[in-house]
Amino acid sequence: MTKPFLRLAAVTLAGTLALAACSSDTGTDATIDSGTGAATSEVSLGLALSTLNNPFFVSLRDGAQAAADEAGVELVVTDARDDATQQADQVQNFSAQQLDAVLINPVDSDAAGAMLAPLIQSGTPIVAVDRAVTGVEVDSFIASDNIAGGKLAAEALAKAIGETGKVIVLQGVAGTSASRERGQGFSEGIAAFPNIEVVAMQPADFDRAQGLDVATNLLQANPDVVGIFAENDEMALGAIQALGSRAGTDVFVVGFDGTDDGVAAIDAGTLYASIAQQPEELGRAAVEAALALLAGDPVDAVVGVPVVVLTAD
Amino acid sequence: MPSDAPPIRTSPRPGEQTNAQRLTERLRSAASRNGALGALLLLGAAMALLSPVFLSTQNLLNVGVQAAVIAILALGQTFVIISGGIDLSVGSVAALTAIVTGLMVADVGLPPLLAILLGLAAGLASGLVSGVLIAYGRLPAFIATLAMLSIARGLTLVLSGGVPVAQPAAVTWFGSSLWGWLPVPVLVMVALGLLAAFILNRTYTGRAIYAIGGNEEAARLSGINVGRQKLIIYGLAGTFSAVAGLVLAGRLASGQPQAAAGYELDAIAAVVIGGASLAGGQGRAFGTLVGALVLAVIRNGLNLLNVSSFWQQVVIGAVIALAVLSDTLRKRRN
Repeated sequence: MTKPFLRLAAVTLAGTLALAACSSDTGTDATIDSGTGAATSEVSLGLALSTLNNPFFVSLRDGAQAAADEAGVELVVTDARDDATQQADQVQNFSAQQLDAVLINPVDSDAAGAMLAPLIQSGTPIVAVDRAVTGVEVDSFIASDNIAGGKLAAEALAKAIGETGKVIVLQGVAGTSASRERGQGFSEGIAAFPNIEVVAMQPADFDRAQGLDVATNLLQANPDVVGIFAENDEMALGAIQALGSRAGTDVFVVGFDGTDDGVAAIDAGTLYASIAQQPEELGRAAVEAALALLAGDPVDAVVGVPVVVLTAD
Repeated sequence: MPSDAPPIRTSPRPGEQTNAQRLTERLRSAASRNGALGALLLLGAAMALLSPVFLSTQNLLNVGVQAAVIAILALGQTFVIISGGIDLSVGSVAALTAIVTGLMVADVGLPPLLAILLGLAAGLASGLVSGVLIAYGRLPAFIATLAMLSIARGLTLVLSGGVPVAQPAAVTWFGSSLWGWLPVPVLVMVALGLLAAFILNRTYTGRAIYAIGGNEEAARLSGINVGRQKLIIYGLAGTFSAVAGLVLAGRLASGQPQAAAGYELDAIAAVVIGGASLAGGQGRAFGTLVGALVLAVIRNGLNLLNVSSFWQQVVIGAVIALAVLSDTLRKRRN
C-alpha cells in the first residue's frame, strides 16, 4: 500500500517541480513583455493583466497600449496567466521599478488587495480594470457598464417585438456579478414597457447546451412567448437552436457579449441583437484615468465604459 | 416490500388477473427492485399535479431528449462503477469527440461518416489510455481519469483553438427528429441502454465486471484476466462518452470546446440514483437510465414551475440525496 503511494508522491513532486520551473521561466519572460521604448518618456505605467490567453484581455492591452503611445508614456505589461501568486510577484516588481502608476486587472479580487497595499501606502496611484479590488481603496475602477447594457438589451428586445407580448430571460451562473448586473439592468429597462410581461427567468449558466434545454422547457410552459433575453450569446444561440425556424421571425432573441458566433447569428437574422463590451475602450479609459491621477485631476471612483448594441442594421 | 403475510387475493382468482392488476403488480415489483423507478414515478406524479404542461407528449419527449446525453455518459459510467472504479473523464472525452469529428470534416475534408468513426476512435483511445494507466500502471481510477479529464479537455482546446467547430449534417442528424416527432437522441439512448444491458447480463465481460467489482482478488483467482477486462471496461466508457459527444454536438449543430464540462458528476449521480454502489459489484443499465431521467425531470420541472435560480441547486441536491437514501433504506430492509 505504501510503496505505490510513495512512488506516486515522488512522481507528483517531480512533476510539480518541473511545472514550477516552467512557470517561473515563463514568468520572467512575461515581465520583460514591455511596451514602447522608454527612453523618450519620463512617465511609466504598469499594467498587470490576469491573462493574455483570452482575446478579450488582448484587446484590452491593445487599447491601453494605444492610449499610452498617444500620450507618449511607457507602459509595462505583465501577464499573470491567471495565477494570483505570479501577479503578486509582478506587482512587487512594479514597486521595485518605481513606476508612476499601476493599472491592475486582478486574477483574484481579494488577493489583489493584499498585494497592492504597499503601493497604496507609498502613494502610487492605482486603477483597477474590469475586475474590482477588494480590501483596499483603489483610486479608480474601470469596468463595462453591465447594468446599462442590460437596459439597452431591454430596449432592443422591446423594439423587436413591438413593445408588447410575453418574454423570458435566460440567466447566467447564479451569483456572478455579470449575471446579476445584466439581469438587473434588463429588469429596470423592461419595466418601462407596461405591455411587456416577463413570464419566466431561469438559469442556463452561460452555457449553450443548457440554453437549448432551458429555452425548450420554458417555451413548452409558455408557448406564446415572443421575445427572449439571454445574459450571454452562448445561451442566446442555444435558445435559437430551440426555436428552430421561429427564431428571428416569430420570436426575437437578444444576447450579450457580441462574440463571433453571436455576430454571425445576427448576420444570419436569427439573433436580433447582442450587447457588446468594448475591451479596447476599457484599456484606453484605464490609461487615461491613471494619467489624470498623475496630473492631479479628479477621477471618478467608478468609471463605467459604455457598451454598444450590435444589430443587423 | 415486506412479504411475511401471504398476499390476500380477492376475486378474480389467480390466473384470472385483469390487465390493470397485472400492470400494477409488474410496476410494484419493478419499483421494489429499483428504488429510482419509485422516485421517478413520484416526481412525475408531483410534476403532473403542479404543471398542466408536464404530461404533454411534446414535453415528455423533451425530457427524453434532455436526459439523453447524461444517460449515454452514465451508461458508460455504469460499467466502470459496477467494476468498482470511477471515470471522471467522460464529459471531456465527449467534447473531444465532437471537436475531432467536426475538424475532420471542416479542416481535413474527410467524408462525414469516416470523421464520425475517427471521433468514436478518439473516445475509445481516451478510454483505453485510462484503462492502461489503471490496469497496468496501477494508478487509482480516480487519478488516472482525473488526468484524462484534463488531457482530453486540453486537447479539445488545442485542436479547436478555443473556437466552436461547425458540424456536418451527419452529426446534426444525431440531434434531429425522425418523421418530425421521434427524437434521435432518445432512440440512441434507448438503443445504447439495451446494448449496455446486454453486455452486463449476457456476456463474459458483463459477468467479469460484476465479479471484479464484487471482489477483484477473487475474480483474479477464479481465472479472470482482470487487466484485460479493465481495458475493455474503460474502452466501453470512452466509446459511450464519444456517442454522447456526437448527440450533444448534433443537438447544438456545433462542437463547443467547453461542452459537457462537469457532466461527469451528473453521470455519476445518475448511476448512483439508479441503484449502483460506488463500492462496486452492484448496478443495472435500466437503473442508470431511470437515474438520468430523474435528473432530467427535476431540471425540466424546475423550469416549467419557474423556480428561482438560487433554489434550483438546493432542490437538485436534495432530490439526489433523497433518491439514493430511499434506495439504501430499501436495501437495508430487505
